[in-house]
Order: sequence, then structure tokens, then C-alpha cells
Amino acid sequence: MTNPPLDLPAHTGSRTTRVLGAAVLVGVATMILLGFFVAPEDDLMADSVRMIFVHVPSAILTYVAFSVTAVGSVMWLWKRSVWWDIVAHSSAEIGVVFCGLTLVTGSIWGRPTWNTYWEWGDVRLVTTLILFVMMIGYLAVRSMGGDESAVATRAAVVGVIAAINIPIINRSVEWWADRTLHQQSSITDGKLEDWTLFTMFLGIVVWGVFYTWSMTHRFRIAWLERELRDGDLDEAIAARRAEAAASGGAS
Amino acid sequence: MLRDAWLVATKDLQIEWRSRVTFSQVVPFAGLVLVLFGFALDANRPVLLQATSGLFWVTIMFVSTLAVQRSTSIETTDGARRALLLAGIEPPAVFVGKSIAVAVQLLAVEVVLLAGVVVLYSADVEAWGLVFATCLVATVGIAAAGTLLGALVAGVRARETVLPILLLPVLAPVLIGATRAFDDALGSVAVDGWSWLGLLAGFGVINVVLGALSYGVLLEET
Repeated sequence: MTNPPLDLPAHTGSRTTRVLGAAVLVGVATMILLGFFVAPEDDLMADSVRMIFVHVPSAILTYVAFSVTAVGSVMWLWKRSVWWDIVAHSSAEIGVVFCGLTLVTGSIWGRPTWNTYWEWGDVRLVTTLILFVMMIGYLAVRSMGGDESAVATRAAVVGVIAAINIPIINRSVEWWADRTLHQQSSITDGKLEDWTLFTMFLGIVVWGVFYTWSMTHRFRIAWLERELRDGDLDEAIAARRAEAAASGGAS
Repeated sequence: MLRDAWLVATKDLQIEWRSRVTFSQVVPFAGLVLVLFGFALDANRPVLLQATSGLFWVTIMFVSTLAVQRSTSIETTDGARRALLLAGIEPPAVFVGKSIAVAVQLLAVEVVLLAGVVVLYSADVEAWGLVFATCLVATVGIAAAGTLLGALVAGVRARETVLPILLLPVLAPVLIGATRAFDDALGSVAVDGWSWLGLLAGFGVINVVLGALSYGVLLEET
């Protein structure tokens, strides 16, 4: 006896995600136009200033993504909400990409500006790297397998521990001003030209929309995976019951 | 709660006293790492002196993963964790007790290691008070974070490899803070070591609170 296939959608797209995806494409095209042809060179940083159009939005979205992971983790520990658990996991995966992008673009920017790809004495670099490695650990915990509830609980505790780093990284250039090459906040120090500042803000908006788009898809994939697993289990139980009934009927 | 914590701590320390794992395996391992650093740096005394603080605390980081793994394995064998829960001891008391036991063992290793750097690296301690305060405060944080993450990986098959991946990045602030404080105490770098104790104390408090709050969930679920 075969069971009917699970009634699950064939893809994770929807009208909303298509609009968001199109907005990201238009946004990135506009950023390229503004970043390379409209925003002027910086007096001190010359052309390397253009790196902040990717670097700063990536750093901000790293904070956002890992903060969402922390909230999702707390909600799992508090309410045992599967929805929040999936949000935490999805956001962590996307956050790791943003965090990696922040480190890579920062390094590329650091070479012409500080004359080095990596500066161990810079507290913000070091704390960001620690956060990145911690979240790699979070994903390692997620991939360990075993009971779903136990995995979610383990990952949630790691997510909360890692989140403690976020305010430290954000405030580090102010707290340890003597131990950093990093400039103060690009947004609040008022040293950027108008078009440069505008393009950077546009970058933050575009990256935010991209985060929403990828979160929606990643969440739906994870949800469907869970439904499929549960469906498979139900199918297997139904098959065993049918077998038992058939053998019981035969005896 | 404190009485229960003390009971758990003395239980773990008695097991250690009878098995002598720390003294027969962990202390020699720490000494070996110290010697290997000497080989790696080609016995260059000025470089060794300059790097003593960092090498000392890196060794403690390695040792802490062993101590935590040992502490975790005590509870995972023969279903001892379930028995501990059934004994009616509150999870925060179990957490505090196990953290105390790990801290005592780490402090013992630190004393031996300190003698090692004085003898092998010719380190000249200028501020013993700062050295003891750093060891004490840093070890509280290491033990608390280690005990929490040890419980987190307790039920996992590959826990020996997962624990260092999780624990070492979490301990990075301790490595930075304790190394700076030791730099001051050993006179190798001109920094204010006492100011770094604040970071270590903050780290310790956060991990003790976090551990006491979440240890119960981990103990029951994982």
C-alpha cells in the first residue's frame, strides 16, 4: 500500500519574495551606479572609501541577523516555539555570510588604508572575528544531529552567549579608543560627503531588503524540511500499522 | 543551594583525587606544551620572556578543554546525570559545584605552570598580587563557561571535537584580558594590568549568571 504524497508546495517563492528580489536587484544596480560614478573620492581614503558601501551595511546586518538569532534563541528557551527556533537558525546562517563579508571587505579596505590586511591590535577586528568563529560553532552545533529539541536547546544557549559580543563589538572603538586603528562610527562622525553618505545608507536599505528576502526563503525551506520529516514519520508509522493489521488479519 | 553545590564540588574533587587524572595526565600535558613552546621559539630567551604571558594562558586554554571534558564525562557515564537530577539537587547548585571543582583543578595546574615559566623561561614576577588576582578571576570565568558548554555537548557523540570549537572562542576575552594583566605583573609590557581585571570579572559574572540560568534546561534536555 502506498500513501498519497505530502501536500507541500514545490517552491518557496511568492509574490512578496519576487517583489523583494526585484527590489534588491534594482537597489544593487543603483548602488553600483552611485558607488562608482556619482560618489566622489575621499580626501584621506581616496577610492578605497567606496568599500564602505558594502562594508558598513554588511556589519550592520551582521548585528541585526545575530540579534534576531539571540531573540529567537531566547524565545525557544522560554516558549519552546518551533517558529522562533527556525528564525534563529535561518538568521544565523545569513548572519555568518554577512559577518564573513564584513571581515573580507574590511581586510581589503585595510590594505591601502592601514598598510595591512589584518591588525591584531585592533579591538573591533578581533571581537568581530571572535563573533564569527562563535557563530561557526553555532552552525556546528546545529549540524550535530540527534533529537531536534535537544539540538535547538544547545544551539539556543550558544546563540545567547554569542550575542553578548554584539554590543562589545559595536562599542569597542569608543571603549578602547587607544587600542584601535578603526575609525569611529562612519554614520555619526559627520566626515563623509553627501553622496557617499547617501550611497552608504542606500546600501543599508538594500542589504536589509536582501536579508528579508533570504530570511523568507531560508525560513520556508527549513519549515518544509521539518514538515517533510514529520510527514515521512507519519507515513512510516501508518505503513507499520498497515503491516501489523495485515499480518494480524492473516493469522 | 550552597551546601548542595559544595557536595557536588567535593564529589567531583574526590573522584579526581582517587583517579588522579589531572595530576597524572593534565599537569604533564601542560608542562609538555610549555617545553614545546620553548623548542618552537628556538630557546630564544628574550622572545620567550616577551611571550610568557600569552604562552601561559594559551596553555591554560588547552588544559581547560581537558578539565571540562573530564568533568563532563564523570556525569555522562553510567547515567550519573540522571541520578544527579533524581537526587533532587537544584541544577544551579550542580552548575556551581561542578564549576568550583573545575576551577580548583585549573588553579592547581596554574600553580605548577607558574613555577614552570619561572624556571624554564626565567620569568621575573614583579607583582604577585596581580598574578594571584588574575589567576583567580580568570579561572572563575573559564570554569563557568567550560562547565556550561560541557553540559551543552554532553549528549553529543563528537563532543571531544565540538567542545574546543565552542569553548575556545568563548574564552578569547579571558585570553586577551589575562595575558595583558600578566604582561603588567611580569613587567614585559607597560600596561595597567589591574584595569584588565574588570573585563575578566565581567566575563566571569556573565558566565556564572548565564550558566546558573540555563544549566537546568541543558541537564534535562540534552
